[in-house]
Amino acid sequence: MSMFSHEARLKRQSIFDALFRNLTRLAAFGVLALLAAILASLVMGSMPAIHAFGFGFLTSSEWDPVNDKFGALIPIVGTLITSVIALVIAIPVSFGIALFLTELSPRVLRRPLGVAIELLAGIPSIIYGMWGLFVFAPLFADHVEPWLNQHIGTLPYIGPFFSGPPMGIGILTASIILAIMVIPFIASVMRDVFDVVPTMLKESAYGLGSTTWEVMLSIVLPYTKVGVAGGIMLGLGRALGETMAVTFVIGNSHELTKSLLNPGNSISSALANEFTEAFGELYTASLIELGLILFFITFVVLSLARYMLYKLGQREGKAA
Amino acid sequence: MINLYTRRRIANATGLSVAVLAMGFGLFWLCWILWTLLDHGLPALTSAVFTKMTPPPGSTGGLLNAIFGSLMMTVIGTLIGTPIGILAGTYLAEFGQRGWLAPVTRFINDILLSAPSIVIGLFVYEVYVVHVRHFSGWAGTIALAIIVIPIVIRTTENMLRLVPSTLREAAAALGAPQWKIISFVTLRAARAGIITGIMLAIARISGETAPLLFTALNNQFWSDNMNQPMANLPVVIFQFAMSPYTDWQNLAWAGALLITFSVLTLNILARVLFRQSASTH
Repeated sequence: MSMFSHEARLKRQSIFDALFRNLTRLAAFGVLALLAAILASLVMGSMPAIHAFGFGFLTSSEWDPVNDKFGALIPIVGTLITSVIALVIAIPVSFGIALFLTELSPRVLRRPLGVAIELLAGIPSIIYGMWGLFVFAPLFADHVEPWLNQHIGTLPYIGPFFSGPPMGIGILTASIILAIMVIPFIASVMRDVFDVVPTMLKESAYGLGSTTWEVMLSIVLPYTKVGVAGGIMLGLGRALGETMAVTFVIGNSHELTKSLLNPGNSISSALANEFTEAFGELYTASLIELGLILFFITFVVLSLARYMLYKLGQREGKAA
Repeated sequence: MINLYTRRRIANATGLSVAVLAMGFGLFWLCWILWTLLDHGLPALTSAVFTKMTPPPGSTGGLLNAIFGSLMMTVIGTLIGTPIGILAGTYLAEFGQRGWLAPVTRFINDILLSAPSIVIGLFVYEVYVVHVRHFSGWAGTIALAIIVIPIVIRTTENMLRLVPSTLREAAAALGAPQWKIISFVTLRAARAGIITGIMLAIARISGETAPLLFTALNNQFWSDNMNQPMANLPVVIFQFAMSPYTDWQNLAWAGALLITFSVLTLNILARVLFRQSASTH
């Protein structure tokens, strides 16, 4: 009799096991379903716009809600330009910060300084936006933009990009604020990948008489280049999708301008500003298609980032 | 012609000074932003902020309904997202050695982790708001829960992987079934790390604005009905800061100060907690 109840208990436990395993598997499967659902809902929501404009949507710069004519060119260009300028500023700074934290900083300061940089990533993006609008943009308009106009705006070739009304609000301001926001992301990835460089390699280089700077450039960077590229892509992904900070300072104008000092628009700020006020099916659908394009671009960028970081991780595994 | 050694030393000194400057550059923005918040926010942070509703333009008021709405949506969003995240993270760490599901989920999860939050807002708008035909607190809560899930999955998996497998083997040798091993041994051993992850997730969603714009929208009055549009701090800050009224802008600064310092406190607490538990192991 007791034998029998023991077997029953074992059986019950194995049923619990199967239940538990399938419950966790269901949750994991839910993540895949979530991504599929996001894609499907965006595609379905943008169907009217896709039917109406086809691929012309990507190349048209028209944005005329009154006559129901929409094109995504200006927001797409705005998103790409602001993100690229942000990266150009953020990459060298992040490299410097990672170098400082891994090689130069006194041991006591290493942790608090690292946390301080991570806190920069913790500040909500709407705060960056408010600060940008009320504090940074006026200073920029009074002190930096007139200087740009006078000194760089008159140069041949690059001049037209830096001449324009000094309003403080515009593509360049948005890019600088984006740069400050992505610095902590890129810097912390760089710091992490710099830490995986075997100490033996670095010490060999120092032993041959290299300076710290030479060790960084010829040992650490080549060893971690895939990971560094991954971190940069991760930062790019962040910059592309950033909404609130950009919305405050980019100026939201649907006009294609050459000057970086003029107001522009990005995909996310167009959505944040216009979505709740959009009237008519086609207007809403066009905005959702913008969202779909943004999701597609960030998906590609982030996939590349993960692939690169994964590659580095694999090599680290092999070397060990 | 400067000799080689001098040139290398100059290059080294220049490179390293630029690194120090870069570090200063990063800290400079952090200090400037925090100082601005204190400068504009502290004078506006009166007791009325915590006791009165959001005012119409031109009259005085506070942020009580927005604070309440934010707390409700953050708490419920975390309560919905966390269990799903822990379960999925457990699958990745404990059952994910074979098959295609675990690597694919891990990859997709990493992408969702940094996906633009405004797209999450659009998604919830499409699948929920459009069907019930009105903005609501629930829609905002769902959007926040979707943001919580990937963060919790990531930390749960990482923390479970840190648990030594001898612990699992010891439990298995005592005859414990797998569900008991995982829920009473490994998950418990990884508890501090997982709580850290949850705290970071809360910090992340309490500042999120973009996904709430098309879901919870805003409400000028007190509302504890999750089926109605609900006031929340980020959207109120957005609306008030963009307005031309000084009263509203001041309230926006007070709200900004509240949000930032609670988010930063959560961030620091999470790190301290994690470090303490890591050093006791």
